[in-house]
Parts: sequence; structure tokens; C-alpha cells
Amino acid sequence: MRQPISLYLHIPFCVKKCHYCDFLSFPGCSLSRQAEYVDAMIQEIHAYREAAEDYEVKTIFLGGGTPSLLEKELVERLFHELYSVWRAAPETEITIEANPGTLSREKLIGYHMIGINRLSLGLQSTIAQELATIGRIHNYEQFLANYYLAREAGFDNINIDIMSALPGQTLISYGKTLERILKLQPEHISSYSLILEEGTDFWENAEIERALPSEQTERIMYHYTKKCLQNAGYERYEISNYAKPGYACLHNQVYWTGGEYLGLGLGAASYWKGARFSNTPDMEEYMENCSRARITENRKEIVTATQKSRMEEYMFLGLRMIRGVSIREFERRFGIPMNRIYGTVIRSYIGQGLLKIEQDRLMLTERGIDVSNSVMADFLLEE
Amino acid sequence: MSHIDQSKIRNFCIIAHIDHGKSTLADRIIEMTGLLTSREMQAQVLDNMDLERERGITIKAQAVRTVYKADDGEEYIFNLIDTPGHVDFNYEVSRSLAACEGAVLVVDAAQGIEAQTLANVYLALDHDLEVMPVINKIDLPSAEPDRVKDEIEDVIGLEAQDAPLISAKTGLNVKEVLEQIVTKIPAPAGDPEAPLQALIFDSIYDPYKGVIIFCRIKNGCVKKGTRIRMMATGAEEEVVEVGIFGAGQFIPGEELSAGMVGYITASLKNVKDTQVGDTVTEAGRPCAEPLPGYKKVNPMVYCGLYPADGAKYPDLRDALEKLQLNDAALQFEPETSIALGFGFRCGFLGLLHLEIIQERLEREYNLDLVTTAPGVVYRVHKTNGEMIELTNPSNLPDPSEIEYMEEPFVSAEIMVTKDFVGPIMQLCQERRGIYISMEYMEETRALLKYEMPLNEIIYDFFDVLKSRSRGYASFDYEMKEYKQSKLVKLDILINREEVDALSFIVHADGAYERGRKMCEKLKEEIPRHLFEIPIQAAIGGKVIARETVKAMRKDVLAKCYGGDISRKRKLLEKQKEGKKRMRQVGNVEIPQKAFMSVLKLDSE
Repeated sequence: MRQPISLYLHIPFCVKKCHYCDFLSFPGCSLSRQAEYVDAMIQEIHAYREAAEDYEVKTIFLGGGTPSLLEKELVERLFHELYSVWRAAPETEITIEANPGTLSREKLIGYHMIGINRLSLGLQSTIAQELATIGRIHNYEQFLANYYLAREAGFDNINIDIMSALPGQTLISYGKTLERILKLQPEHISSYSLILEEGTDFWENAEIERALPSEQTERIMYHYTKKCLQNAGYERYEISNYAKPGYACLHNQVYWTGGEYLGLGLGAASYWKGARFSNTPDMEEYMENCSRARITENRKEIVTATQKSRMEEYMFLGLRMIRGVSIREFERRFGIPMNRIYGTVIRSYIGQGLLKIEQDRLMLTERGIDVSNSVMADFLLEE
Repeated sequence: MSHIDQSKIRNFCIIAHIDHGKSTLADRIIEMTGLLTSREMQAQVLDNMDLERERGITIKAQAVRTVYKADDGEEYIFNLIDTPGHVDFNYEVSRSLAACEGAVLVVDAAQGIEAQTLANVYLALDHDLEVMPVINKIDLPSAEPDRVKDEIEDVIGLEAQDAPLISAKTGLNVKEVLEQIVTKIPAPAGDPEAPLQALIFDSIYDPYKGVIIFCRIKNGCVKKGTRIRMMATGAEEEVVEVGIFGAGQFIPGEELSAGMVGYITASLKNVKDTQVGDTVTEAGRPCAEPLPGYKKVNPMVYCGLYPADGAKYPDLRDALEKLQLNDAALQFEPETSIALGFGFRCGFLGLLHLEIIQERLEREYNLDLVTTAPGVVYRVHKTNGEMIELTNPSNLPDPSEIEYMEEPFVSAEIMVTKDFVGPIMQLCQERRGIYISMEYMEETRALLKYEMPLNEIIYDFFDVLKSRSRGYASFDYEMKEYKQSKLVKLDILINREEVDALSFIVHADGAYERGRKMCEKLKEEIPRHLFEIPIQAAIGGKVIARETVKAMRKDVLAKCYGGDISRKRKLLEKQKEGKKRMRQVGNVEIPQKAFMSVLKLDSE
């Protein structure tokens, strides 16, 4: 009986760095460099040949950077090699992240032909000023053009990423973006609140900070998103993710439910055979190790999962899902009632109106979502 | 160390106001006499603890022995005893003085006599020491040696015309100081054949050797194998080692005899066996009477010290015991707080003393501490005739049982330049000072005398004094008497619960202002919680001031970093760590420093 597995592939190339982005990505990579990288990834894929026989792939996700920057031929090659090593069923969810401005009819047809059945478009906003402020390479019109192309190419499972609490954004302008994309009726919408990250252009930038909406407005934007999207038939199934019934992203849910996944490529994270680790973020090192089939040397910050860490993750990841975590499942998985481990914390937060229990499930309340980090921190256990 | 010629010994200390050059002169003296070359010297050799280096002051008394070949061709033994220069530590100064025959008085050629110089000179004269003035920093352009000489003669009444004019920094004329030490400071008297009589003026605890006693042998002699007795505690032990202390090192020797300064170790494990100020004698042939003890100085300032982690309570106790060995002025006894658990009520000579002990506990003993607001000892006269000395505000009896209260007052002497007399008098007035007198020292400086409530001085009076006088004022005080005062207990309630560790006694007039400021300060210090937190100041149950810490609205991670769960975990761990540095008071987490920060209320 084959185990389920999810695969993540990282493509770290971008046209340019957006001002808020702290993902592992860099601009200015030549086509030959990209080809070399894909070669290295293919070597990495093949190194798992033997292990792959125990698994059946349930989801594949191409993230980045800008995966859609890759030449169509490279993507095709990558997937051919992938399929030659890993067994994937026809219903496997296969997603590629794409930036409007880097897509073309050929690419989209090519993606569809090799089995990619879900497209994630990084729109962020429909307002020109906001797009410029955050440093996106596209405008709303380009996005629209790409969106229609995607539909024409046969994509019937599209996600649109948008952002709230952007500098200069107001509730009105944000509402406008929501309205516009709702008209397009994508199957899935992710709305992320801007986080200022160290190392990005937005970090410790007084001008940007001045232009940010207030904390209160940000929360209103968040709650408005929920109301708006729910009214339009989308279900909020995770703190920042909304989908039409049946279209929730399976890949991401694997992360939140403690499923096993393998990260391929630069800096990719894995939860593989009871250990969490990430590949090196150093390109030279990554390519070197792949060329010598020394893929385990790419693994950094290896942490073996323990009962304790798994219990903690069950809670602080699981609570990200709106439906929360199953109390019975906790006991089944760990052999200990949830109450025994977390009884005090749970009671305290229920008392404060931040958690609630419905039937078998423990979940965040609306207010709890607002301060979920604080709540989740208390699910970390003492040594 | 063969038999020493007693007539060639000179036991002296250096006394001076802070920054007048005491330590630098000590360094020069050590450098210019035997045992260390200039290259081996670090700056300010006697200040051998990190803390002191940072603050630039000496805390512990230490003795250094050097050898000087004088102009008369003879070799003299100099025992230099270092003393602290801060007003908090008069007690430490006093102990060291008792070991000496003379004191080298260092006066800054530009600053001249300061309030504390006077205080230290009086102390030295009280101990019948020969005071030898030296005028330092004459290389500075603002130096006025003649003026200062006159000042010394007029104000103190010492002969100063042939006081050496030196620069300790460059070494200029320091030789003259050495010569005068030989000629002006008397050799110690004392009979080496008489029964042993030695004065303990300091001690340190060594994990291997046990207690190491620094003493001045007044009469008799002691060597390895002598069975000694501490006259006050009755403890007896056999001497393991004697020796002298030469510039940072213990140098063992054969014996210590009358007139000498050195150390004794005797396998003493119990810190309570050796009381500083006690007399050491020979068990088999004791001296008739102990040497006159010191004035037992009482702590002026008390506060509560609590371990941040309750499990470390025994560690805190041990640390305090060890510190007390080296610091007889430190007092402590156990106490409990509803808010903070088990801890100690500690007595200090002053705020600086408190800060230094706190730092040492944190640094040397690795303890995380919560400190409650320092306060003085109040006298509460109850309606039933009883009088209690109150060191912990939480123990204040119900107002209905109180007849009246008294607070300690000090006599303060403040030296200030003419321009700042006004602002300083105003400051003293603000602090409920009672004007006594003002004298002009010369045309530019005045000596102000006030009687001030001690609790107005212990926090930041010194700092504010300095800043309002642009650093030119100096200040010294000593306990005078208790006076009746209209005092009330200010309580702080956080989230409607009284936090006993934050209560303190204030004068009724300043209570509202103080309460308001404390609420403001606490509002800054207490982080936002998931609910709104009211902060209130109350007197006798009546709320007199209030601030509110608004509830936290948002603390959520929108994007989950994809599969990088470790990153999310690290974020949460950091959050959890942050929570640990708090003290849980009811539902509210209060950072440790909030307890102390309510003191810095005057900072503009």
C-alpha cells in the first residue's frame, strides 16, 4: 500500500524583487542558468528513485519566485522527469504559481498538456497605484488578459492571490479589488495581509509605514473580505484562504494537517520520514551537491519529529483551518486525550472567547483569529 | 618576609571626592614603588572587578603592600588601603580608616573641597588619623592650587602650605607624596610581643580557602598554626596561611606582626564567623579587650528582591549570604508577596548600593531578579501605643489603627556654584527640604544645609541635582532624626487587582502626582494583552489616578510560509519566550523591569 506524498518544487527566479517579498528568489538569471538549475533539480528528483516506490503523489506544487518565468520546454522537461520517478494519479492536484506578465498562450497550453491542472495567479491588487507601490511588474489589464488566456487554455481551477493592508490602500480601494475579481469567479481566492519582513525594501521604511492602514482598518479589511466572499459563495476554510465548494487547495492542507511532503529545489522545505528540514538556500552548494548526487548534503536544519513536536504542530497548524482540529483524532493519533495536555490552555482561551468547541472540533473564534499567534504560542509545550 | 622593622611601616589610605584622582594616585604610588612596573599595570589596578571599571568607582576596600626606598636610603613598607568614594559607602570608608595611621587627602586643584571631601576628612579625623593633603590635577588649565590650599586651611583647618602639587595622571611630583608619607605619617605603634590583637577590616570568600580575612595587626603576631579566636562570635580555628596582598595577588608569608596589614586564612567556612570590625586574638593567649568596634551603620533604603523564577529562591538566598560576607552593610530577611511569591526584604546604604548589589546578583550569580520599589524605614505609632518600624509598605496597619507616622530625615550638605544656588534651593524645596543655612565658601561657591526627608533623596535626587547644576553640585548626608509627617500608602491596582509589590508610602501632598506618574509609567511598561487593562493608583481604597492599556487587536500570521513549518515554529517560540520574562499577576503579565521603572519618574 503506497503512502500519500506531496511534492513541492521551488523555482527561485524572478524578473525583479517586489518590495515586500522575503521569499527565496532573485532577479537577473539568464536562461542558461535556469536550464542548469532545472538540470540540478532533475538530478535531485532521480536521487529519490528508490524511495519514491513507496509513495503515491497526491499533490504537486510549483512555487517560487516566479515559476512561470521558466521556458515552456524546461517546465515540460521537469515534469517528464518527475513523472518518470514518482507515481501520480490522474486526479493529482498539480499547481503552478504564475505572475501576470510572464504568461503566454503557449506556456499555458503547454502547462495544461503536461498535467498542470491548477493555476495560482499573483495579482495582489487591481489598483495601479498599489501595484506600483509594492513593486509588481504587471498591471491589472495584463492580469485580465492572462486570466482569460488561462480559461481559454482549459484551466478550470484558478486561484487569485490578493493582498490587504498595503501602503496607500483604503477599505474602498480594497473593496474595489475584491469586487473586480469576484466578477471573474475564480475557484479560489487567497487574501494575505501585508507583513513587513526584515531584509525587504519595506523594512524600517518610514515612508511606507506612514502610508499603511491602521491596525483597526486592517482588521476591518480582513473581516470585510470574509463577509464579501462568503456572500459570493466562497467558503473560508483557512485563515487567509477562500474557495468555492470542492476547490480548497489540497496541497496547502497537507501542510496544516501534518501530512508528509518533500521539497525539491533551492531552499525547499520537507517533512520527510519523520524529520523536518530545508534544502540549502545557497545556489552554488545546491547545484554542486545535486551534480554529485549528494542530495542529503543539501538538507539543513534537520529536526526529527517527536511526539511533543507533533502534538504542538497538530494544534498550531491545525487551528489555522477554520474548522479547527478534531479532539478525537488527537487522542487517536497520540494516545493521550487533548484535555490532558492542553486542558488548561483551552479552558482559559474559551473563557476569553478566543477558542470554541463545536461537537468534536476545537477552533478559533472570529476574535481568536485576530490574535491567533498569541493563542497558538500557548500550544507550545515546556521541555 | 623576615621580621619587619615596625618603624618602617606606613599604613595609610587615600580619601577624596569622586573623580578627584584617588585611584589614579593609588596606581602611581604602586607603580613608583616595588612590586609592579608601569608596563604591568593596567589602569586603576585596584579596581579589579568589571563592575567598578564600568562605573569608575571602587566598591570594596582592598589593601596593597608595596616597598619604597626613600631619599634617606631606607626601605619603607607602604600599606595602601583603598576606599570607596561614594556617599553610600561611608561605612566601608570607616572600616578601612580604622586600619590606618594616616590618610592622604587628594583634592582636585580646580574643583577644590567638595561636600564629600569634608565628610571623609571628618571621618578620618574622628579616627585620629594624620591627614596629609595633596593637590592633584595641577596640569589642568583651570587649576588654582593656591586657592585650594587656602581652602583646605580655612575650611578644614589643616596645614596645607607644603602640600605636594601633583598630577597623578602624568606622575608629576608624585615622588614628593611618597616622601611625605614617610615623613608625615607616623609609624604604627603596637607591641609584637603582646597578645594578638588584630582588627578585621575586610574579608572575601574563596571557594577553596574559605573566608579570607584582611586585618591590621595592632598588637602581637600571628603565623601558620596559631590557633585564633574571633572575639565577637567565639569561633576558633587554626591558621592555615598568612600573607600580604600585593597588587592583586595573595603573597603568602611566615608571619604578620604588630603594625602590619595582611590576610589570614583559617579554613573558616561559615560566613557568619568573621564579622568585619571584630577583633582576632590568640585562643591560648587572648588579649584583654577587643578593639573598639565600628559604628554599626543602619541601612537607609529597603526594597524587596524576588527571583523571577520561583525555583531559584534558594540560589538567591545563597548569593545574598555570600555577598553579605563581603559587604557587612547589606541586610536581608525573608518576605512574601502575593504578587511575587517568596523573596527577601533587603537593606542597603543607598540607591547606588542597591543597584550594585542587584547587578552583582545578576552578573556574578546569574540570577534573574524582580525588584520592588525601594523605600525607607517609617515609624508607625499605633493608637494602642505600640510603635512599629515599617520596612515593607504592605505591612502598614489599617489607617484606623494609626495614631501618626514618622519618617527619617537627614542633614544634607550641598556644595554648589553661585549660579545654581537658586535652582538647587528650589529642588530641595520641591523635595520637602527644610532650609537650615547657607555659607559662601569663597565668592563662587556656597555650602547649603538642608534637612531633607530621606525618602525624597533615595531615588534620583543626586541625578537631578547634578543635572540642574550642570554637574557642579556635590552632596553628602547623614541620618538626623525621625519627624512626624502626613504619610499615606499608595496602592497600585492592575486589572483591578492590588499588586502588593508596587505599593509604597508617600507624603500626602505628593501622592496624587506620584500616583498619576506611576500609572503613566506602568502603562508604558505593560504590554498589550488580549483584553483591556485598567491601571489605577489608590489611597485607602479611593482611586486617585487611572490609565488604560488598550487591548491588542491583531496578532496573526496571514501567510504561513508554505511548507516551512520551522519558521512558523520559531516565531511562536519567540512569542512564548517573551511571555516568560513577565510576571503573572492575576491575568496580567508584567515585565520585571516595570517594577523598578516606576522609580525613574523624574526623567524629563
